[in-house]
Amino acid sequence: MTNLIKIAARNLFRYKRRTLLTLSLIVIGVLFVAGFMAVTGSFKNMMIGQITDSFVGHVQIHRKGYLAAIENLPLTMNLKPQAARKVEKILKETPEVEAFSSRIKFGAMFSNFTETTNIRLNGVDPEMESKTVPLLLPRIMEGEKALKKGEILVPELLARGMKVNIGDMVVVIATNRDGSVNGKQLKVGGIMESATGPGGRDGYVHIDDAVEILRMEEKEISEIAVRLKDFERLHEVFGVLDGKLSGELNKQGKPVFEVHTWEQLSPFYNIARMIDMMTFFIKIMLVAVVLISIMNVMIMAVYERVREIGTIAAIGTLPRKILSMFLIEGLLLGVIGAAIGGLLSIALVFGINAAQFTYDFARQTDIVLTASVNPQDLFMIMGIVILVAVVASLQPAFKASRMDPIKALGYV
Amino acid sequence: MELIIGKDLKKDYQTGEVAIHALKGVTFSIPKGAFVAIVGPSGSGKTTLLNLIGCLDRPSGGRLMVAGMDVTSFGKTDAAIFRGKHIGFIFQSFNLIPVLTAYENVEYPLVMVQNISASSRRKQVQDLLAAVGMGDQQKKMPDQLSGGQKQRVAVARALVTHPELVLADEPTANLDHDTAMSILALMKKIRKELDTTFVFSTHDSRIIGEAESIYRIEDGILKTNGNGGGRGHD
Repeated sequence: MTNLIKIAARNLFRYKRRTLLTLSLIVIGVLFVAGFMAVTGSFKNMMIGQITDSFVGHVQIHRKGYLAAIENLPLTMNLKPQAARKVEKILKETPEVEAFSSRIKFGAMFSNFTETTNIRLNGVDPEMESKTVPLLLPRIMEGEKALKKGEILVPELLARGMKVNIGDMVVVIATNRDGSVNGKQLKVGGIMESATGPGGRDGYVHIDDAVEILRMEEKEISEIAVRLKDFERLHEVFGVLDGKLSGELNKQGKPVFEVHTWEQLSPFYNIARMIDMMTFFIKIMLVAVVLISIMNVMIMAVYERVREIGTIAAIGTLPRKILSMFLIEGLLLGVIGAAIGGLLSIALVFGINAAQFTYDFARQTDIVLTASVNPQDLFMIMGIVILVAVVASLQPAFKASRMDPIKALGYV
Repeated sequence: MELIIGKDLKKDYQTGEVAIHALKGVTFSIPKGAFVAIVGPSGSGKTTLLNLIGCLDRPSGGRLMVAGMDVTSFGKTDAAIFRGKHIGFIFQSFNLIPVLTAYENVEYPLVMVQNISASSRRKQVQDLLAAVGMGDQQKKMPDQLSGGQKQRVAVARALVTHPELVLADEPTANLDHDTAMSILALMKKIRKELDTTFVFSTHDSRIIGEAESIYRIEDGILKTNGNGGGRGHD
């Protein structure tokens, strides 16, 4: 094998310029894909982080059917205290869960005593909510970064429209599940930056205030947002939770709960999928570049060395060794190209990060681009290149191994 | 003892709609240790005969025994294995592998064909290179060698596996007279030392006289000449 590699390596460097050109194509391909993945991955992670950490959470649990009617925020579809406690018990017993927050969501009228508008409100336990969606309190632009009883956090656009400021008193009026109307005066404790996506324009009140406004005898929970310790294990943990909760049936034998990941809750998942799709097509382009360039160089190699192939075949080299010799040439091209491309990709990521490029996302400006390339992704790209290099060499290598020594020796 | 026995060997080629009868039923035998020249004009069939003896091609008819084996119906792989064990080749254009040094070219059949370990092949290769007068040129690449030097390396490569038979197709055609004679002398010397059978094709009148047996082939029919031990088929 060492001798095969030695001969293959020397053959590669017999035509230095052509080999270097092919290698540079592979390197550029790897660099391009890795660079694209590093940048778009950074953007995707930032976007997902913003959405999940601002309001959605990683996973949400509702009463079965709630999500289909979520636009109406139906109080009749809240989880009864006993059901909510069951979910909370399961979540506490699941080691992969870092935190969870029970919310009461409801629609209300928001009045500054001269004007009235509608608002979607979330009644939350501030401590649990902060642990579950840690970017909630940092989104408070004005006022203390906290949510206290008797106070309301108002989304920025609504606050501007209604001309309310920190410390102003407002009235929140809501209809409870029985149809009776109740109101409560709250102090504007903070004005929140609007986040992107669903819930980005929601206001927040303390969960006890929500219970009081809705005149609940016990807390009836609309949704439970869950934060996981390791976001990378989202689908695995989702499966575990879904497995535990979907088995819960009501008296009619129908499921009580429904579990969703952020992907099923946010339209931004489609953007994330689009990024993945673009990455996939970029990878296909890389495959095409490697395939064509290596196939081209290997076809040329066979074409130029017909007499040489005839000679080694005549002196008794077995067809499979001739096949191996050319496959190893292709493999070496792939390995060298992938290795150089991989190293330069790491350098590129460092370069991008050192340059401190900034971009805007929704209402956030000057977000520093933090490119990162996952070692697993990088190895996958390199693996693809090496595999494609071998595949591209197969046809020329097979042709060389099947060559008739007499015709090859007589080839001019 | 006969090393090669050919009985009524035929080889036909089809070129478009025209059938070419390159060998028209050739019967001959070559004893072990012989130094045989196959001569004849261009297109007479001498290369075809060498190709058949070298198991590079299969006859269209007849029977061929080489080194005690019936090679008439060998498949590609069997033929390659047989060649690697029993036959050495010397080519008109030397056909050294350009990316390997003189030493590595000679070593090649031991590594790639016979899988001999590095320690046992080193002395074998060095001794052979010394025997062909190339002991001090081992590290040179083929493009750094003259035609005669290349052919010496090619002779060493053909002999390194200790084949019973060495086939040489016009081995001196690309060499000047003095070099051609020295290569021939080298082949004869090695034949004597190793008792290897040499069969070479040529139409170089200068070296025909050096052969111990001469097989003249004309229009696909073999005729024995000089002090040859073969039988013609008329």
